[in-house]
Amino acid sequence: MRGAIRLLAVLVLMTPLHAQVTFDRILHGEREPQNWLSYSGTLLNQRFSPLTQITPANVKSLQQQWVWQARSLEKFEATPLVVDGVMYTVQAPNDVVALDAATGRPFWTFAYTPAPEGRPCCGKVNRGVAILGDTLYMGTIDAHLIAIDAKTGTARWNTTVAKASERYSITSSPTVVKDKVIIGIGGGDGPIRGFIAAFDARTGAEAWRFYTIPGPGEPGNETWAGDSWKTGGVGVWNAGAYDPETNLVFFGTGNPAPDWDGSTRLGDNLYSDSVVALDADTGRLKWHYQFTPHDELDYDATQVPVLADIQWQGRTRKVMLWANRNGIMYVLDRVTGEFLKGKPYVKTNWLDGFDAKGRPNRVKFPTPEGTLVRPHVHGGTNWAPPSFSPRTGWFYVATWENSGIVAVTGQFPRTATSNAQQTAMGQTNLVPFFNDDTEPYGVVRAYDPKTLDQVWEFKMSDITWGGTLVTAGDVLFSGGREGYFLALDARTGQLLWRASVGGQINAGAMSYAVNGKQYVAIAAGNALFSYALP
Amino acid sequence: MTDISRAARHAATLLTIALGFVLVPCAAYAQHETAADLLDGERAFRNACANCHGPDGDVIAGIDLGRGQFRRPLTDDELVRIIRTGIPNTPMPASPMTVEQASKIVAYLRARAAATRASVATGDPLRGKTAFDQQGACTSCHRVAGAGARVGPDLTGIGGRRSAGELQRALLDPGADVAPANRTYRVVLPDGTAVAGRLLSHDTFTVQLLDTREQLRSFAKSELREQGFVPSPMPPYRGTPQEIADMVSYLSSLRGQ
Repeated sequence: MRGAIRLLAVLVLMTPLHAQVTFDRILHGEREPQNWLSYSGTLLNQRFSPLTQITPANVKSLQQQWVWQARSLEKFEATPLVVDGVMYTVQAPNDVVALDAATGRPFWTFAYTPAPEGRPCCGKVNRGVAILGDTLYMGTIDAHLIAIDAKTGTARWNTTVAKASERYSITSSPTVVKDKVIIGIGGGDGPIRGFIAAFDARTGAEAWRFYTIPGPGEPGNETWAGDSWKTGGVGVWNAGAYDPETNLVFFGTGNPAPDWDGSTRLGDNLYSDSVVALDADTGRLKWHYQFTPHDELDYDATQVPVLADIQWQGRTRKVMLWANRNGIMYVLDRVTGEFLKGKPYVKTNWLDGFDAKGRPNRVKFPTPEGTLVRPHVHGGTNWAPPSFSPRTGWFYVATWENSGIVAVTGQFPRTATSNAQQTAMGQTNLVPFFNDDTEPYGVVRAYDPKTLDQVWEFKMSDITWGGTLVTAGDVLFSGGREGYFLALDARTGQLLWRASVGGQINAGAMSYAVNGKQYVAIAAGNALFSYALP
Repeated sequence: MTDISRAARHAATLLTIALGFVLVPCAAYAQHETAADLLDGERAFRNACANCHGPDGDVIAGIDLGRGQFRRPLTDDELVRIIRTGIPNTPMPASPMTVEQASKIVAYLRARAAATRASVATGDPLRGKTAFDQQGACTSCHRVAGAGARVGPDLTGIGGRRSAGELQRALLDPGADVAPANRTYRVVLPDGTAVAGRLLSHDTFTVQLLDTREQLRSFAKSELREQGFVPSPMPPYRGTPQEIADMVSYLSSLRGQ
């Protein structure tokens, strides 16, 4: 018996060290282009794959390798991770699945049924897992954070982050920094007090918490009238970024609540619609920038921060690129938070400029008769992840041109006119040919961060909830509500290839390799597709 | 760790007869059920029976299904008939189960009763833990509360799922009955390399394992020289009766999630 046990023990000890996903591996994800170790590839959120096998010259030969069908009718928003040939994704709302990345065949499923109290505003979705060591981390619709053994799919710990009964939920992919798992809490369309919290990756114990609404006595609390800070919303529902040089973790924050009626929460409502830079070890605020003070249009600021080092007015500058839902594209200094530049990237009419510190000058306000605003609630883009190519130096964003009418609270819905489609917050022009054939539409665009000028665009008939992925082969992958997965030339925007995936694309693509073969994966409809060259 | 030992179950059946218990087993089903059948039977029991009889089968006075105690001696055939037709003028209803489905419930109840009655000496869980962690080197394959290997089943909550008798049988004869999720599969690659591990999934064209190096592996069946189930690699535990009791006592104490 002992001999057999010793043999097994030896076999176990032979487990290669690379099976453990250390934080160093996550931090330097670009060193192992075959893997995809965090939501946007690396903690810079560039969604740039260093793989080069697929090029503009051969991309037309891409073939579907496999399809994995989710047993879920929720929107499929997760970006998978790939670790040494194993893919991990989430079947909404909160089942984690391990797949063979080369064939799509399942190894195991971790099934989790959220408590029925978990009722988020906008679908029981999930944007993916994070990994550290041999443990996966997932936030859940009922506001738990769960650690799962990546080898066996069994739970290691389950921490209650907030009470689902109080309208808290989690939909974003966690962000791993060092030995902590950092997650934002969602539910900010309801009367919550949002926060970002870090948890010990080994035990699930809370390490720090940063409230996105300052409490009494804290700077910023004065930007909330009366007790409105207690229920002011400001959820956080997308992944963060991390800069090792400054040890800062960055998150975009959501809208203040109530969304459309600012009369009860007069003031700027810090830190809603902002980016906050927090010390990764303590959660202390280092700087913030508020994109939309006193938001009454439900713009949020829940895009993933994209970090890049670019040439800026003659010198290299560590910046943060941000295509905001409010229609403005920003370049910020990520060390200090300094506003460097802001410029509309879609038709935008709610502001007419910025002051010296980057505060927008708002010019559109709700009126009883209704005010046309551009963009409307769905934004110039939404939560879907953009990309940045260090090769071209350009920022790639899947955007929408759209408009809508907002009115003083209580004025909508009103009698429909020719614009027959309304939402609870007013009319919104979101469907092609709704007004005329020029709006709205989805469009993938490349921008030069140095000027924020548009370099090229690829127009679609319908809008898009898809993100973008750019590769070192200079191929850009995207898609939209029309159900096409697209490959564009990252330098020209020319359409190189498309595949019908039979359902809306509501996620960002990612790329990985197994045994030297490059794959590109995209979730669409209720399935996950993987493509490669023959 | 393995599930119920068929041989031990048969021994317990004989013991049952010898002691004149009310349970009168019939070999018609008991000799053909597999571990999978017992799992099916357990699931069906929990779905169809536990609502009235309770999860342990002892809610109704005078009846303890988990220990093979009925109001009168019943053969397997009689139990199957009662499950299917019910008992007139009592709350026991008829069910639309097939003979095969009802037989699996009976097999599960017989196995459970046999395991419950098995004689397990009193052990010291601390001594058992020491043996588990050290002399037995059990953590070379098994995992408890996050410590140990994943080659064998995770035993963190085994004490809540298996009776002492079941645990003892699994220790003494680990390969007799192995739960489907814990079967060991072996493939031989074109270059002659053999890979063995726990079978996670398979289909017409592929097979997925957690191999002995704790790597998730997937293979195209068409590219394999050989493939198939192999016996459980777990060796029988050959301790003294007291050492076995200690080990069982420790395993029974594992009630984690």
